[in-house]
Amino acid sequence: MTTQAGGTGGPAAEGTEGTEGRVYNVAGGDWDEVVQALQDGADPEDTEHLVVNMGPQHPSTHGVLRLVLTLNGETVTELRPVIGYLHTGIEKSMEFRTWTQGVTFCTRADYLSPIFNETVYCLAVEKLLGVEAEIPERASILRVMMMELNRIASHMTAIGTFGLELGATTVFLYAVRERERILDLFELITGLRMNHAYVRPGGVSQDLPRGALDAIREFLGRMPHQLAELRSLMDANPLYLGRTKNVAYLDLAGCMALGVTGPLLRGTGLPWDLRKSQPYCGYETYDFEVPTQGTCDAYGRYLVRMAECDESLKIIEQASDRLAGPRPEHDPVMISDPKIGWPAKLALGGDGLGNSPDHIAHIMGQSMEALIHHFKLVTEGFRVPVGQVYTAVESPRGELGCHAVSDGGTRPYRAHFRDPSFTNLQAVAAMAEGGMIADVIPAVASIDPVMGGVDR
Amino acid sequence: MSENPPPNGAEPDEAALAGQERLNEQVVRTGMFGTQTTGDTSGYGGLQVRRPPPPFTPRPYGSYFDEIADALSTRLEAEGSGFDEAVERVIVDRGELTLHVRREHLVTVARQLRDEPSLAFELCGGVSGVHYLADVGRELHAVYHLVSITHNRRLRLEVSVPDADPHVPSLVSVYPTCNWHERETWDFFGIVFDGHPGLTRIEMPDDWKGHPQRKDYPLGGIPVEYRGATVPPPDERRSYS
Amino acid sequence: MGVEEKLPSGILLTTVEKVAGYARKSSVWPATFGLACCAIELMQTGGPRHDLARFGMERASNTPRQADLMIVAGRVSQKMAPVLRQIYDQMADPKWVISMGVCASSGGMFNNYAIVQGVDHVVPVDIYLPGCPPRPEMLLDAIVKLHDKIQNMKLGANRAREVTELEQARLRRLPLTASLAVGQSHNPAGGPTMLGTPGFASPALDSPTVSAEGLGSRAAAEPEGAIRRDARPDQAGAAGE
Repeated sequence: MTTQAGGTGGPAAEGTEGTEGRVYNVAGGDWDEVVQALQDGADPEDTEHLVVNMGPQHPSTHGVLRLVLTLNGETVTELRPVIGYLHTGIEKSMEFRTWTQGVTFCTRADYLSPIFNETVYCLAVEKLLGVEAEIPERASILRVMMMELNRIASHMTAIGTFGLELGATTVFLYAVRERERILDLFELITGLRMNHAYVRPGGVSQDLPRGALDAIREFLGRMPHQLAELRSLMDANPLYLGRTKNVAYLDLAGCMALGVTGPLLRGTGLPWDLRKSQPYCGYETYDFEVPTQGTCDAYGRYLVRMAECDESLKIIEQASDRLAGPRPEHDPVMISDPKIGWPAKLALGGDGLGNSPDHIAHIMGQSMEALIHHFKLVTEGFRVPVGQVYTAVESPRGELGCHAVSDGGTRPYRAHFRDPSFTNLQAVAAMAEGGMIADVIPAVASIDPVMGGVDR
Repeated sequence: MSENPPPNGAEPDEAALAGQERLNEQVVRTGMFGTQTTGDTSGYGGLQVRRPPPPFTPRPYGSYFDEIADALSTRLEAEGSGFDEAVERVIVDRGELTLHVRREHLVTVARQLRDEPSLAFELCGGVSGVHYLADVGRELHAVYHLVSITHNRRLRLEVSVPDADPHVPSLVSVYPTCNWHERETWDFFGIVFDGHPGLTRIEMPDDWKGHPQRKDYPLGGIPVEYRGATVPPPDERRSYS
Repeated sequence: MGVEEKLPSGILLTTVEKVAGYARKSSVWPATFGLACCAIELMQTGGPRHDLARFGMERASNTPRQADLMIVAGRVSQKMAPVLRQIYDQMADPKWVISMGVCASSGGMFNNYAIVQGVDHVVPVDIYLPGCPPRPEMLLDAIVKLHDKIQNMKLGANRAREVTELEQARLRRLPLTASLAVGQSHNPAGGPTMLGTPGFASPALDSPTVSAEGLGSRAAAEPEGAIRRDARPDQAGAAGE
């Protein structure tokens, strides 16, 4: 149904023949007439089926997602998602930048979990380089801590927008309040609230600043109470249960066939989590559980996400304990190989974050070799041996994979991101067809697709 | 061009033979840095680097890869085709197993990988396309990543097809998750997946011409004006390496 | 709307302008066109810490028909551009546009085939807000500057005169580099046409919507963080973009 711009344009009952049947222009206030016209319409077979477009600009489609629904009354008989409205050409853009600059591009793909994008890409680059064993331990701990903070932030947005799309704005306000605290931590540690470019091939860009550990402790002290508050609002809320219980059902066979991973898969009862099964960044040394639910519905996925937030808090606490512990003499956060590691130590100066004066003094006054390394790494970048790898991390939405191909040069020959939202969004048709139109919203929201990752 | 590894105990001058064959390969890089836009000051401007022979890994592969290869081999023989007929090459690199599968056998191999209990690759991570412009005759690669949840294993399948005939059988009948991934690979690379239920553009607008992520498709940026200077788009800038 | 048709003149008009401006700016309903990362920061701006509700803007009008302000938050892809234009057309006058973030203002870091290099190719923009993504405080600053602009917007005969003046200023403005001036297509809105992009006739000519030129206070036209350029003899235009 298209809306006519301005004016009532005549009785809506006069439809026009379009490519796929009659097209009625709805100008507002004449819905009854349209329904009446459909009921005594020309084609008796077609009177009950309505094709409605939930266009890319819509408050409840979780981003620029277009859903074309074929309705039979309130029941959705067909659901066709149309994507591509946020296609940015990130993967192709990365082919024209150095390996390190690629981080700034991939970080904006799935913009609610930028640290995960960066980490999976850097793990792929490090695997191609063959330096996985040389990444400093502190860098891995920082990566884990940032990833888990990002996981909580992402789940908060997921729950918040879930509520917003259902019409529950209070949930949204609670969730963004918590997310704001996490963004404060991000800003303190990386310098930016979002799209940080913090994780780089070889390590992370800078160490924790002074006061960061205290801020994290404070956050850890406060967050469980806030999560409990959020849960007390929603867990047993009859309105929420009514909208999400037994809605958007997708069982294990469906998940396997559709390649669905993440909270949807764990909502079917299968405890598949890459952090446990194929650990990376030292995850095998942390003590945490993989929460599952067996109900396969939207409510189960919500419970899985809330439980994952609790588990993430545990991991963050363990990571911050390790970071606070006694430090050895030489405890870098970037690989020490001068041909790969990002050369500059960043420091906060009068005009923002930049190369530390010590580093400038070193390269300009003390070491010609360091100057050359700095110059070559920043302008040209390091060279990566020929080959291809696939690394995967467990992002808040599922398995985020990076397929990186190198031709021996300083630029990625091909960097493809297997985004969990892209794969999981295929399942929305399986979940929502046959249900009511109002159930499409929780279906999409429980997948929690981030359109930046879907379209890249 | 030798596709298959030479048998053991071949001619004594097989190295010379390989070198001779290499001279028949096309040139992939001239000069030391391969740069086209700025001058090559290395002194090796006349250097011509030819395409290396496709790599392969001989048995044993190590880790769980041998089990996979054996199980697959058994199943394929039971099917009628053999392992060598279906799988062109096997590469074990950086802890990952890659099977280069011939496109005619792709669906069979995938089905065996999914159904055979000792293999049990339930999850497919989708298709990733790669365009090797220099690799005449096998330009377009479709790369599938499979995960076995039961055995906690990973595997990669790679299919190479030429630009002139970019057809690959669709895996939607085996792994329905490949539906959108194959549409995306068609959209960006032009690989036609035969048997796909609805192979249309998914990311680009429906009436877009061309396949953007191919290497011969420009990045499409515009020059940027800044304080009186103009910076060309990233794919038109000078390259030094 | 109703006000515009029955306007007095002279001092009464000035009073009406002040009142109408105050009323309009105090209850701007955003049609949030949240696309990508900037949309998340927009959501955070609506949150409890940086509260949009204190400006009367928490009621994000999901239907463009009731919206006053379109905040284009995020990168606009080629597929999305017609949708953007349609939503803009569906908004009722008076309407304003903030392009939030560098991707909306100029294409940002994505200088490629997929992204429209600045939404001002599609809709007329009132405030450009750089940032990747801009902090909520920066967005609030842009909104406050827009409120300033709205407050000082003229009505009726004054408005017509103002639009003519702005048009003349635009036509007189010279491009930054001579090379871009040569061979540029005739763009009635003035200013250089970006190479390689379709020339949209500027809708600002017809609609009473405010264009990006300075209006009311000069500061209202400068985006947040813009570096003040010293007036040079060859630049007759404002520092509007």
